[in-house]
Amino acid sequence: MAATSLRLVTIVAEPVLEPRLVRDLKSLGASGWTLTETRGEGSRGMRASDVPGAGIRLEVVTSAPLAERIVAHVAEHYFPNYAVIAWVATVDVLRGEKYV
Amino acid sequence: MTTADLLRANLLSPYVLAFGLGLLARLVKSDLALPKDIYTGLSIYLLFALGLKGGVELSQAPLGEIALPAVATIALGVVTPLVAYAVLRRLGRMRPVDAAAIAAHYGSVSAVTFIAAQTFVRSVGESPEPYLATLLALLESPGIAVGLGLGLLAVRGADRPVGGVMREVFTGRTMLLLVGGLAVGALTGKSGYEPIAPFYEGLFRGALTLFLLEMGLLAAERLADLRKVGGFLVAFGVAIPVIHGALGAWAGTVAGLSVGGAAVLGAMAASASYIAAPPAVRMTLPEANPTYYLTASLAITFPFNLVAGIPLYFWFAGLFAR
Repeated sequence: MAATSLRLVTIVAEPVLEPRLVRDLKSLGASGWTLTETRGEGSRGMRASDVPGAGIRLEVVTSAPLAERIVAHVAEHYFPNYAVIAWVATVDVLRGEKYV
Repeated sequence: MTTADLLRANLLSPYVLAFGLGLLARLVKSDLALPKDIYTGLSIYLLFALGLKGGVELSQAPLGEIALPAVATIALGVVTPLVAYAVLRRLGRMRPVDAAAIAAHYGSVSAVTFIAAQTFVRSVGESPEPYLATLLALLESPGIAVGLGLGLLAVRGADRPVGGVMREVFTGRTMLLLVGGLAVGALTGKSGYEPIAPFYEGLFRGALTLFLLEMGLLAAERLADLRKVGGFLVAFGVAIPVIHGALGAWAGTVAGLSVGGAAVLGAMAASASYIAAPPAVRMTLPEANPTYYLTASLAITFPFNLVAGIPLYFWFAGLFAR
Protein backbone atom coordinates (compact mmCIF):
# COMPACT_ATOMS: atom_id res chain seq x y z
CA MET A 1 0.00 0.00 0.00
CA ALA A 2 1.43 3.39 -0.97
CA ALA A 3 2.05 5.88 1.82
CA THR A 4 1.58 9.65 1.50
CA SER A 5 3.89 12.11 3.18
CA LEU A 6 1.79 14.30 5.53
CA ARG A 7 2.15 16.24 8.81
CA LEU A 8 1.32 15.08 12.31
CA VAL A 9 0.52 18.01 14.60
CA THR A 10 0.76 17.20 18.32
CA ILE A 11 -0.50 19.62 20.96
CA VAL A 12 0.02 18.88 24.66
CA ALA A 13 -2.03 21.20 26.84
CA GLU A 14 -3.71 21.72 30.19
CA PRO A 15 -7.16 20.15 30.51
CA VAL A 16 -9.33 23.30 30.55
CA LEU A 17 -8.32 23.95 26.95
CA GLU A 18 -9.82 20.73 25.60
CA PRO A 19 -13.17 22.06 24.33
CA ARG A 20 -11.62 25.18 22.84
CA LEU A 21 -8.76 23.38 21.09
CA VAL A 22 -11.10 20.82 19.55
CA ARG A 23 -13.44 23.57 18.37
CA ASP A 24 -10.50 25.52 16.91
CA LEU A 25 -9.14 22.48 15.07
CA LYS A 26 -12.48 21.80 13.46
CA SER A 27 -13.04 25.40 12.43
CA LEU A 28 -9.54 25.57 10.94
CA GLY A 29 -10.48 22.60 8.77
CA ALA A 30 -8.99 19.49 10.39
CA SER A 31 -10.90 16.38 9.33
CA GLY A 32 -10.35 14.53 12.59
CA TRP A 33 -8.39 14.37 15.82
CA THR A 34 -7.24 11.96 18.52
CA LEU A 35 -7.11 12.86 22.19
CA THR A 36 -5.34 11.10 25.05
CA GLU A 37 -5.02 12.01 28.73
CA THR A 38 -1.50 12.61 29.94
CA ARG A 39 0.62 13.42 32.95
CA GLY A 40 3.73 15.53 32.99
CA GLU A 41 5.70 18.44 34.25
CA GLY A 42 7.01 21.55 32.53
CA SER A 43 8.04 25.14 33.02
CA ARG A 44 4.59 25.98 34.42
CA GLY A 45 4.78 23.15 36.95
CA MET A 46 2.92 19.88 37.31
CA ARG A 47 -0.26 20.13 35.29
CA ALA A 48 -1.98 17.57 37.48
CA SER A 49 -1.56 19.74 40.55
CA ASP A 50 -3.03 22.91 39.05
CA VAL A 51 -6.65 23.02 37.91
CA PRO A 52 -7.71 19.43 38.61
CA GLY A 53 -7.65 16.96 35.74
CA ALA A 54 -5.08 15.21 33.60
CA GLY A 55 -3.30 17.00 30.77
CA ILE A 56 -4.37 16.34 27.20
CA ARG A 57 -2.49 15.33 24.06
CA LEU A 58 -4.25 16.17 20.80
CA GLU A 59 -3.02 14.68 17.55
CA VAL A 60 -4.06 15.61 14.04
CA VAL A 61 -2.84 14.22 10.70
CA THR A 62 -3.13 16.86 8.02
CA SER A 63 -1.59 18.65 5.05
CA ALA A 64 1.51 20.80 5.47
CA PRO A 65 -0.28 24.16 4.97
CA LEU A 66 -3.04 23.36 7.45
CA ALA A 67 -0.49 22.07 9.95
CA GLU A 68 1.24 25.43 9.76
CA ARG A 69 -2.03 27.30 10.26
CA ILE A 70 -2.91 25.17 13.29
CA VAL A 71 0.46 25.74 14.94
CA ALA A 72 0.33 29.48 14.24
CA HIS A 73 -3.18 29.65 15.74
CA VAL A 74 -2.13 27.76 18.89
CA ALA A 75 0.97 29.93 19.26
CA GLU A 76 -1.02 33.14 18.97
CA HIS A 77 -3.91 32.25 21.26
CA TYR A 78 -2.51 29.91 23.89
CA PHE A 79 1.27 30.16 24.21
CA PRO A 80 1.30 33.41 26.24
CA ASN A 81 -0.79 32.29 29.21
CA TYR A 82 -1.39 28.56 29.16
CA ALA A 83 0.71 25.45 29.60
CA VAL A 84 0.88 24.27 25.97
CA ILE A 85 3.49 22.78 23.73
CA ALA A 86 3.03 21.91 20.05
CA TRP A 87 5.15 20.27 17.42
CA VAL A 88 4.86 19.11 13.83
CA ALA A 89 6.38 15.92 12.45
CA THR A 90 6.47 14.59 8.91
CA VAL A 91 4.79 11.19 8.78
CA ASP A 92 4.11 8.63 6.06
CA VAL A 93 0.43 7.86 6.27
CA LEU A 94 -1.55 5.02 4.70
CA ARG A 95 -4.71 6.07 2.87
CA GLY A 96 -3.27 9.61 2.89
CA GLU A 97 -6.04 10.99 0.69
CA LYS A 98 -8.40 10.81 3.70
CA TYR A 99 -6.57 13.58 5.52
CA VAL A 100 -6.07 16.26 2.90
CA MET B 1 -21.86 24.22 75.25
CA THR B 2 -18.76 26.39 75.69
CA THR B 3 -16.62 27.40 72.73
CA ALA B 4 -13.99 24.88 73.78
CA ASP B 5 -16.62 22.12 73.84
CA LEU B 6 -17.77 23.08 70.36
CA LEU B 7 -14.21 23.00 69.05
CA ARG B 8 -13.56 19.63 70.66
CA ALA B 9 -16.81 18.16 69.29
CA ASN B 10 -15.82 19.34 65.83
CA LEU B 11 -12.20 18.16 66.02
CA LEU B 12 -13.18 14.67 67.10
CA SER B 13 -15.84 14.24 64.43
CA PRO B 14 -15.10 11.49 61.89
CA TYR B 15 -15.11 14.10 59.09
CA VAL B 16 -12.31 16.23 60.49
CA LEU B 17 -10.35 13.15 61.54
CA ALA B 18 -10.71 11.61 58.06
CA PHE B 19 -9.48 14.87 56.54
CA GLY B 20 -6.51 14.76 58.92
CA LEU B 21 -5.81 11.17 57.93
CA GLY B 22 -5.72 12.23 54.28
CA LEU B 23 -3.23 14.99 55.10
CA LEU B 24 -1.11 12.57 57.10
CA ALA B 25 -1.14 9.98 54.31
CA ARG B 26 0.38 12.46 51.86
CA LEU B 27 2.87 13.79 54.41
CA VAL B 28 4.28 10.32 55.10
CA LYS B 29 4.27 9.70 51.33
CA SER B 30 1.82 6.81 51.52
CA ASP B 31 0.64 5.36 48.19
CA LEU B 32 -2.98 5.95 49.26
CA ALA B 33 -5.01 7.55 46.49
CA LEU B 34 -8.73 7.53 45.82
CA PRO B 35 -9.34 6.53 42.19
CA LYS B 36 -10.43 9.59 40.22
CA ASP B 37 -13.72 7.97 39.20
CA ILE B 38 -14.64 7.20 42.81
CA TYR B 39 -13.90 10.81 43.78
CA THR B 40 -16.12 12.03 40.95
CA GLY B 41 -18.79 9.48 41.88
CA LEU B 42 -18.79 10.52 45.53
CA SER B 43 -19.10 14.20 44.64
CA ILE B 44 -22.03 13.42 42.32
CA TYR B 45 -23.69 11.41 45.07
CA LEU B 46 -23.20 14.10 47.71
CA LEU B 47 -24.46 16.94 45.51
CA PHE B 48 -27.47 15.04 44.21
CA ALA B 49 -28.39 13.85 47.70
CA LEU B 50 -28.14 17.45 48.90
CA GLY B 51 -30.37 18.68 46.08
CA LEU B 52 -32.98 15.92 46.51
CA LYS B 53 -33.31 16.35 50.25
CA GLY B 54 -33.43 20.13 49.90
CA GLY B 55 -36.07 19.85 47.17
CA VAL B 56 -38.35 17.64 49.27
CA GLU B 57 -38.13 20.16 52.12
CA LEU B 58 -38.63 23.03 49.72
CA SER B 59 -41.90 21.52 48.52
CA GLN B 60 -43.21 21.94 52.06
CA ALA B 61 -41.78 25.37 52.87
CA PRO B 62 -43.87 28.45 52.22
CA LEU B 63 -42.18 30.51 49.49
CA GLY B 64 -42.46 33.73 51.50
CA GLU B 65 -40.24 32.25 54.22
CA ILE B 66 -37.31 31.79 51.89
CA ALA B 67 -37.47 35.17 50.11
CA LEU B 68 -35.44 37.22 52.62
CA PRO B 69 -32.71 34.61 53.16
CA ALA B 70 -32.45 34.27 49.35
CA VAL B 71 -31.93 38.02 48.94
CA ALA B 72 -29.34 37.97 51.76
CA THR B 73 -27.52 35.09 50.04
CA ILE B 74 -27.30 36.81 46.66
CA ALA B 75 -26.14 40.02 48.37
CA LEU B 76 -23.39 38.01 50.08
CA GLY B 77 -22.41 36.57 46.69
CA VAL B 78 -21.85 40.10 45.39
CA VAL B 79 -20.30 41.69 48.49
CA THR B 80 -17.81 38.97 49.51
CA PRO B 81 -15.76 39.00 46.26
CA LEU B 82 -15.58 42.81 46.45
CA VAL B 83 -14.31 42.66 50.05
CA ALA B 84 -11.76 39.99 49.09
CA TYR B 85 -10.64 42.02 46.06
CA ALA B 86 -10.21 45.21 48.09
CA VAL B 87 -8.16 43.41 50.75
CA LEU B 88 -5.94 41.71 48.17
CA ARG B 89 -5.31 44.94 46.28
CA ARG B 90 -4.92 47.35 49.21
CA LEU B 91 -3.23 45.22 51.86
CA GLY B 92 -1.66 42.53 49.70
CA ARG B 93 -0.67 44.78 46.79
CA MET B 94 -1.48 41.95 44.44
CA ARG B 95 -1.84 42.41 40.69
CA PRO B 96 -5.47 43.25 39.77
CA VAL B 97 -5.87 40.08 37.74
CA ASP B 98 -4.58 37.84 40.56
CA ALA B 99 -6.76 39.65 43.08
CA ALA B 100 -9.82 39.21 40.84
CA ALA B 101 -9.10 35.51 40.29
CA ILE B 102 -8.84 34.88 44.03
CA ALA B 103 -11.94 37.04 44.68
CA ALA B 104 -13.97 34.86 42.29
CA HIS B 105 -13.09 31.81 44.42
CA TYR B 106 -13.95 33.49 47.73
CA GLY B 107 -17.20 34.90 46.35
CA SER B 108 -18.37 31.46 45.32
CA VAL B 109 -19.04 28.60 47.71
CA SER B 110 -17.70 25.16 48.65
CA ALA B 111 -20.48 22.59 48.83
CA VAL B 112 -18.45 20.31 51.09
CA THR B 113 -17.95 23.13 53.59
CA PHE B 114 -21.72 23.66 53.49
CA ILE B 115 -22.36 19.97 54.18
CA ALA B 116 -19.80 19.93 56.99
CA ALA B 117 -21.40 23.03 58.54
CA GLN B 118 -24.89 21.56 58.30
CA THR B 119 -23.69 18.31 59.84
CA PHE B 120 -21.93 20.19 62.64
CA VAL B 121 -24.86 22.38 63.66
CA ARG B 122 -27.13 19.33 63.69
CA SER B 123 -24.65 17.46 65.88
CA VAL B 124 -24.82 20.23 68.50
CA GLY B 125 -28.60 19.97 68.61
CA GLU B 126 -29.67 22.76 66.24
CA SER B 127 -32.15 22.23 63.44
CA PRO B 128 -31.15 24.55 60.59
CA GLU B 129 -33.80 25.54 58.05
CA PRO B 130 -34.33 22.69 55.59
CA TYR B 131 -34.22 24.95 52.55
CA LEU B 132 -30.56 25.93 53.00
CA ALA B 133 -29.53 23.80 50.00
CA THR B 134 -31.49 26.23 47.82
CA LEU B 135 -29.35 29.06 49.18
CA LEU B 136 -26.25 27.03 48.34
CA ALA B 137 -27.36 26.88 44.70
CA LEU B 138 -27.97 30.65 44.72
CA LEU B 139 -24.55 31.45 46.13
CA GLU B 140 -22.40 29.56 43.66
CA SER B 141 -22.42 31.76 40.56
CA PRO B 142 -22.76 35.46 41.54
CA GLY B 143 -19.31 35.49 43.16
CA ILE B 144 -17.68 33.92 40.11
CA ALA B 145 -19.39 36.47 37.84
CA VAL B 146 -18.26 39.41 40.01
CA GLY B 147 -14.69 38.08 40.22
CA LEU B 148 -14.47 37.53 36.47
CA GLY B 149 -15.94 40.99 35.89
CA LEU B 150 -13.26 42.59 38.09
CA GLY B 151 -10.61 40.63 36.23
CA LEU B 152 -11.91 41.69 32.83
CA LEU B 153 -11.72 45.33 33.89
CA ALA B 154 -8.06 44.70 34.66
CA VAL B 155 -7.19 43.08 31.32
CA ARG B 156 -9.63 45.01 29.11
CA GLY B 157 -9.28 44.79 25.38
CA ALA B 158 -8.52 41.10 25.13
CA ASP B 159 -11.22 38.85 23.68
CA ARG B 160 -12.55 36.58 26.41
CA PRO B 161 -15.06 33.73 26.26
CA VAL B 162 -17.02 35.09 29.27
CA GLY B 163 -20.50 34.16 28.00
CA GLY B 164 -19.40 30.61 27.30
CA VAL B 165 -17.60 30.33 30.62
CA MET B 166 -20.61 31.52 32.65
CA ARG B 167 -22.78 29.11 30.70
CA GLU B 168 -20.35 26.34 31.70
CA VAL B 169 -20.69 27.39 35.35
CA PHE B 170 -24.48 27.15 35.10
CA THR B 171 -24.42 23.81 33.29
CA GLY B 172 -21.44 22.40 35.24
CA ARG B 173 -22.04 19.31 37.34
CA THR B 174 -22.29 21.18 40.65
CA MET B 175 -25.14 23.42 39.52
CA LEU B 176 -26.85 20.77 37.44
CA LEU B 177 -26.93 18.20 40.26
CA LEU B 178 -27.89 20.72 42.90
CA VAL B 179 -30.60 22.57 40.97
CA GLY B 180 -31.70 19.37 39.19
CA GLY B 181 -31.85 17.55 42.53
CA LEU B 182 -33.88 20.38 44.06
CA ALA B 183 -36.35 20.17 41.18
CA VAL B 184 -36.62 16.38 41.34
CA GLY B 185 -37.06 16.50 45.12
CA ALA B 186 -39.64 19.28 44.96
CA LEU B 187 -41.63 17.46 42.26
CA THR B 188 -41.61 14.04 43.93
CA GLY B 189 -42.33 15.36 47.41
CA LYS B 190 -42.09 13.32 50.59
CA SER B 191 -43.97 10.25 49.38
CA GLY B 192 -41.88 9.91 46.25
CA TYR B 193 -38.65 10.46 48.15
CA GLU B 194 -39.32 7.91 50.88
CA PRO B 195 -38.45 4.76 48.88
CA ILE B 196 -35.06 6.18 47.79
CA ALA B 197 -34.30 7.90 51.10
CA PRO B 198 -32.27 4.98 52.58
CA PHE B 199 -29.67 5.34 49.81
CA TYR B 200 -29.43 9.12 50.01
CA GLU B 201 -29.60 9.51 53.78
CA GLY B 202 -28.30 6.32 55.35
CA LEU B 203 -25.06 6.43 53.37
CA PHE B 204 -24.64 10.20 53.22
CA ARG B 205 -22.41 10.75 56.23
CA GLY B 206 -20.26 7.74 55.42
CA ALA B 207 -19.72 9.00 51.88
CA LEU B 208 -18.88 12.44 53.25
CA THR B 209 -16.21 10.89 55.50
CA LEU B 210 -14.57 9.16 52.53
CA PHE B 211 -14.79 12.33 50.46
CA LEU B 212 -13.05 14.30 53.19
CA LEU B 213 -10.25 11.73 53.27
CA GLU B 214 -9.66 12.56 49.60
CA MET B 215 -9.92 16.29 50.35
CA GLY B 216 -7.10 15.78 52.88
CA LEU B 217 -4.96 14.17 50.17
CA LEU B 218 -5.73 17.02 47.75
CA ALA B 219 -4.99 19.72 50.32
CA ALA B 220 -1.71 18.06 51.32
CA GLU B 221 -0.57 18.04 47.70
CA ARG B 222 -0.72 21.82 47.76
CA LEU B 223 1.02 22.30 51.12
CA ALA B 224 4.39 22.56 49.38
CA ASP B 225 3.04 25.59 47.50
CA LEU B 226 2.40 27.48 50.77
CA ARG B 227 5.97 28.75 50.67
CA LYS B 228 5.51 29.94 47.09
CA VAL B 229 2.38 31.99 47.81
CA GLY B 230 3.91 33.89 50.73
CA GLY B 231 2.81 34.92 54.19
CA PHE B 232 0.22 37.45 53.09
CA LEU B 233 -1.92 34.94 51.21
CA VAL B 234 -1.73 32.47 54.11
CA ALA B 235 -2.96 35.18 56.48
CA PHE B 236 -5.62 36.17 53.93
CA GLY B 237 -6.81 32.56 53.69
CA VAL B 238 -7.53 32.55 57.43
CA ALA B 239 -8.66 36.16 57.99
CA ILE B 240 -11.03 36.57 55.04
CA PRO B 241 -13.21 33.56 55.94
CA VAL B 242 -13.58 34.97 59.47
CA ILE B 243 -14.75 38.33 58.03
CA HIS B 244 -17.02 36.70 55.45
CA GLY B 245 -18.26 34.20 58.04
CA ALA B 246 -19.23 37.00 60.44
CA LEU B 247 -20.90 38.86 57.57
CA GLY B 248 -22.82 35.74 56.52
CA ALA B 249 -23.93 34.85 60.04
CA TRP B 250 -25.07 38.44 60.57
CA ALA B 251 -26.92 38.61 57.23
CA GLY B 252 -28.57 35.29 58.03
CA THR B 253 -29.70 36.50 61.45
CA VAL B 254 -31.09 39.74 59.97
CA ALA B 255 -32.92 37.74 57.30
CA GLY B 256 -34.61 35.72 60.02
CA LEU B 257 -32.68 32.45 59.99
CA SER B 258 -32.32 30.40 63.18
CA VAL B 259 -28.94 30.28 64.94
CA GLY B 260 -28.10 27.01 63.15
CA GLY B 261 -29.21 28.38 59.78
CA ALA B 262 -27.27 31.62 60.21
CA ALA B 263 -24.17 29.63 61.18
CA VAL B 264 -24.45 27.53 58.01
CA LEU B 265 -24.93 30.66 55.88
CA GLY B 266 -21.85 32.09 57.60
CA ALA B 267 -19.86 28.99 56.67
CA MET B 268 -21.13 29.26 53.08
CA ALA B 269 -20.04 32.90 52.82
CA ALA B 270 -16.70 32.05 54.45
CA SER B 271 -15.94 29.17 52.10
CA ALA B 272 -14.03 29.35 48.84
CA SER B 273 -14.92 27.37 45.74
CA TYR B 274 -12.45 24.83 44.40
CA ILE B 275 -14.58 22.89 41.90
CA ALA B 276 -16.64 25.39 39.87
CA ALA B 277 -14.43 28.48 40.08
CA PRO B 278 -10.96 27.21 39.04
CA PRO B 279 -11.78 26.16 35.46
CA ALA B 280 -13.95 29.25 34.91
CA VAL B 281 -11.14 31.52 36.11
CA ARG B 282 -8.46 29.65 34.21
CA MET B 283 -10.41 30.03 30.97
CA THR B 284 -11.26 33.70 31.41
CA LEU B 285 -8.26 35.07 33.30
CA PRO B 286 -5.32 32.91 32.20
CA GLU B 287 -2.87 35.66 33.23
CA ALA B 288 -3.70 35.01 36.89
CA ASN B 289 -1.41 32.58 38.67
CA PRO B 290 -3.40 29.39 39.48
CA THR B 291 -1.06 28.51 42.34
CA TYR B 292 -2.39 31.50 44.28
CA TYR B 293 -6.10 30.78 44.05
CA LEU B 294 -5.89 27.01 44.31
CA THR B 295 -3.54 27.00 47.27
CA ALA B 296 -5.48 29.68 49.14
CA SER B 297 -8.84 28.01 48.70
CA LEU B 298 -7.84 24.35 49.01
CA ALA B 299 -4.83 24.28 51.35
CA ILE B 300 -5.65 27.19 53.65
CA THR B 301 -9.30 28.21 53.74
CA PHE B 302 -10.93 24.80 53.39
CA PRO B 303 -9.00 23.18 56.28
CA PHE B 304 -9.40 26.31 58.41
CA ASN B 305 -13.16 26.34 57.95
CA LEU B 306 -13.46 22.63 58.57
CA VAL B 307 -11.44 22.65 61.78
CA ALA B 308 -12.03 26.05 63.42
CA GLY B 309 -14.21 28.20 61.16
CA ILE B 310 -17.50 26.32 61.41
CA PRO B 311 -17.65 26.28 65.24
CA LEU B 312 -16.61 29.96 65.17
CA TYR B 313 -19.46 30.95 62.80
CA PHE B 314 -21.85 29.05 65.03
CA TRP B 315 -20.60 31.10 67.96
CA PHE B 316 -21.01 34.32 65.89
CA ALA B 317 -24.58 33.35 65.02
CA GLY B 318 -25.31 32.82 68.72
CA LEU B 319 -23.97 36.31 69.51
CA PHE B 320 -25.97 37.99 66.74
CA ALA B 321 -29.17 36.23 67.77
CA ARG B 322 -29.07 37.87 71.21
